[in-house]
Amino acid sequence: MSARIGVVTFPGSLDDRDALRAIRIAGAEAVSLFHAEPDLKDVDAVVLPGGFSYGDYLRAGAIARFSPIMDKVVDAAHGGMPVLGICNGFQILTEVHLLPGSMIKNDHRHFVCRDQTLRVENADTAWTNAYSSGDEIVVPLKNQDGQYVADERVLDELESEGRVAFRYVGWNPNGSRRDIAGVTNARGNVVGLMPHPEHAVEPGFGPESTEGHSTGTDGLGFFASVINGVLATA
Amino acid sequence: MPKIIVDVMPKPEILDPQGKAIGAALERLGIAGFRSVRQGKRFELKVHGEVTDEVLATVQHAAETLLSNPVIEDVVAVSVKQCGGNCGCGSHGAASEAARPSGAEDLLA
Repeated sequence: MSARIGVVTFPGSLDDRDALRAIRIAGAEAVSLFHAEPDLKDVDAVVLPGGFSYGDYLRAGAIARFSPIMDKVVDAAHGGMPVLGICNGFQILTEVHLLPGSMIKNDHRHFVCRDQTLRVENADTAWTNAYSSGDEIVVPLKNQDGQYVADERVLDELESEGRVAFRYVGWNPNGSRRDIAGVTNARGNVVGLMPHPEHAVEPGFGPESTEGHSTGTDGLGFFASVINGVLATA
Repeated sequence: MPKIIVDVMPKPEILDPQGKAIGAALERLGIAGFRSVRQGKRFELKVHGEVTDEVLATVQHAAETLLSNPVIEDVVAVSVKQCGGNCGCGSHGAASEAARPSGAEDLLA
């Protein structure tokens, strides 16, 4: 069998196709899900992709969070299904309270698009188990509302429980508290991050790497991780 | 048709990059004298009929559920504004209707 991984398309999603493609490249079956249909189609895991759902009206992710499919995603997440939120997907996961904190405008107020180095801080989650703690990976980052904020108590809790999944290395591109690029829930099945692993899965279309121009595939580990987990429990 | 106004502001401890940008632009324009600028959001909710406690409770629920994110924002005020007769709500008789130029409703509302 192969793992079935769904990607939800919201009005204004941009990276849903890339996420579906990344899932196929990683060796799983990619399943398109639609915001208006409350049906997860028997998938083993769900990706909420990047983009500007509902034009980022009100707050990034604020309206998408009430889409019909999100009740199903929340129920499944509480039941242990792996859920990954990338960029706008991360914003949706914080708005729906599956992950703590929130994202506000970048401190320098510019849209930023670059190859970003991240350190994997927690390699025990459903989406990071193919990495080792301390691994540094390079994946694209592109956002305007990417500054991760939470109050000090929540940040201390995240640190002490090992729930900071990724940290920015070299440069904090948006003013995020404590250089946080991504976080996980306590159970480790729900992970959200601002950078885009789905854009670093195929040589020729990824970030720069020591191998050469656009050869970076450091993002594949996210999808390999979740496939490992699904096949191990099948 | 009364309006209920909901004002939402970024929490004091949260940086407000938009407010900072606006503050810097004011300085560039020579409009000086402000220690800081913070930008919030104002929502106007029109209701049919009286503003009862029940309606206000519903507005409070809306404010805390969708209109604001309590992690980064505070609902700083919920207030009721009665229309002054030229609001375009259609409840002031034919005279006010006729006196209002067509297409003015959105401007006056």
